[in-house]
Amino acid sequence: MSAPTPKPTSPLGEMTGPGRFSLVGHALPWLVIAAFYFLVDDYLGLGTQVMIWVLFALSLDLALGYAGIVTLGHAAFYGLGAYAAGIFSIHVSQDPILGHFFAIGVTALFGLLSGALILHTTGVTFLMLTLVIVSIMFEIGNQARGLTGGDDGLQGIRLDPIFGVFDFDLWGHTAYIYTAVVLFIWFVIAWRLVHSPFGRSLDGIRQNARRMRAIGTPVWWRLLAIYTISAAMAGSAGALSAHATKFVGLSVLSLLTSGVVTVMLILGGTRRLYGAFIGAAIYYIVQEWTAQISPYFWEFVVGIMLIATVLFLDGGLMELGDRGARLLGGRRRAGGGE
Amino acid sequence: MFSFALTILLDGLSYGMVLFLISVGLTITMGLMRVVNLAHGSFAMIGGYVAGYLTQHGMNFFLAVGAAVIVSGLLGAVVETTVYRPLYRKGELAQVLLTIGLVFVATAGVTEVFGAFPYNVKMPEYLTQPVDIGFRTYPAYRLFLIAVGAVVAAVLWYVIDGSILGARLRAAVDNARMARAVGMNVNVLFTGTFVVGCGLAGLGGAIGAGVMAMEPSYALKYLRLFLIVVIVGGEGSFKGSLVAALALGVIDTLGKYFFSQAASYLLYAAVFALLLWRPQGLLPAKSAA
Repeated sequence: MSAPTPKPTSPLGEMTGPGRFSLVGHALPWLVIAAFYFLVDDYLGLGTQVMIWVLFALSLDLALGYAGIVTLGHAAFYGLGAYAAGIFSIHVSQDPILGHFFAIGVTALFGLLSGALILHTTGVTFLMLTLVIVSIMFEIGNQARGLTGGDDGLQGIRLDPIFGVFDFDLWGHTAYIYTAVVLFIWFVIAWRLVHSPFGRSLDGIRQNARRMRAIGTPVWWRLLAIYTISAAMAGSAGALSAHATKFVGLSVLSLLTSGVVTVMLILGGTRRLYGAFIGAAIYYIVQEWTAQISPYFWEFVVGIMLIATVLFLDGGLMELGDRGARLLGGRRRAGGGE
Repeated sequence: MFSFALTILLDGLSYGMVLFLISVGLTITMGLMRVVNLAHGSFAMIGGYVAGYLTQHGMNFFLAVGAAVIVSGLLGAVVETTVYRPLYRKGELAQVLLTIGLVFVATAGVTEVFGAFPYNVKMPEYLTQPVDIGFRTYPAYRLFLIAVGAVVAAVLWYVIDGSILGARLRAAVDNARMARAVGMNVNVLFTGTFVVGCGLAGLGGAIGAGVMAMEPSYALKYLRLFLIVVIVGGEGSFKGSLVAALALGVIDTLGKYFFSQAASYLLYAAVFALLLWRPQGLLPAKSAA
């Protein structure tokens, strides 16, 4: 495991992340997202899905990557956000922004409460508790048919235009831009967060919680804070998915959803924020490509990718990129903190 | 009424015995090396498929089960020495990811070879018939499961509590560093335990296929149950896993009889409460956690 040495942080908290992001590095993913909108008009729905998964993986990066909270329960937040947004639009108001904030509020509250209950445990016990929470949520989603539609999924979501102007069109233009904007906002929040003193303290907690406690860091509170923020973010991703597809399937609450988002994050690289972007995109490409060969082949490939990443590539694909860059341009100092 | 209660008890016990056979290896290895092994169910699945393939091609049931145990055990040896070794020094996250990756690979492999549908392990006729147990007839197969589980539990009990090997094992679970310091080869002990645990999982998967049907999603579907047994029983605690597995079997069966709607839901809630109350499990093996 790499142990980043603390580096001086500029007031804006920029350019000091692992790998020393240049301006080009920052611009690239957003340019790709913008270019995709203009160039690949037919696949906007797919692009929206990828961005939603990026946001979901980003939320996991905060909890798992930075704070070291090893969880398999993030699908609970994603699914809760999706159902909250969907149910809100059916029963309360069709305003998408209001529904989105409602979903974020609900998942943040759920993250706070569940985190307060379970964050004092560690290791396998914690993992098990997160697993159990997802299982319970899945059962509730399955059995509260009146509210969630059970395994038929939640149907009949209708939305007003955003700000009363931008209607959710059939071709997904609005959904794409809306998702991109939400993703950008969350990204800026996450970037500022992890480069703040608070983010640094999470780094410390991940590396040695006992020592952090000894120097006076309120470890439990910090973990609870990041867990809540991460939950809100995952809930936001879920709300986007409900709004973009106007449908919520029961599978959003399944263990597999937790597994998939973890695979994306690990594949791309943890503790880099942009790792989520690469991981989600690559995952979708691989899934499309392998599913054509055999419907089960992708599961095999994902499994092999996971094993290989753990055994040979600790930092994910982003690390591979860094290594390549270091080989090409010797000028670039080892910024990954190795 | 009495007969009904006894039926539920027997159903629950036979189910619990299968859970015990599969989970006991996981309990000991997790207690020994603190590896979060989510792939353990895959070994049970492979055992079940091997037994299924062999019995469908005319082999004697017991020979096929024997072969399943050997294949699962050997596979365990291969995987332990190649993939798991580098994991012990890494964190929980790496362990979770790699073992989940193994589950994916096993699931895809099984689907590719045997197809996506449930796979049948052919039982001999005298096991599929009901037998008279005094107050009613009861499937011989379920009694067979209870008998095998009881025999394995008794043997393990003797080995772990009464032999020098068991003493080593208990010492290593309690404090691996100290055990190394007094000259024990904990790595070899661990590989051995891992192989035996995988073999037992193969046994449980093979003979338990009538209770927990073989299908490609087996390893992931029942993972929760195996983990519940381990965590509730207490990592590294053999007796804990026996108690937890039997209790889980009976409670789950009860739930299915009386609250078919909310069964799994109540079970998870109970586990959740229990883990908050006793994070180390019911009968923790370690004196100091």
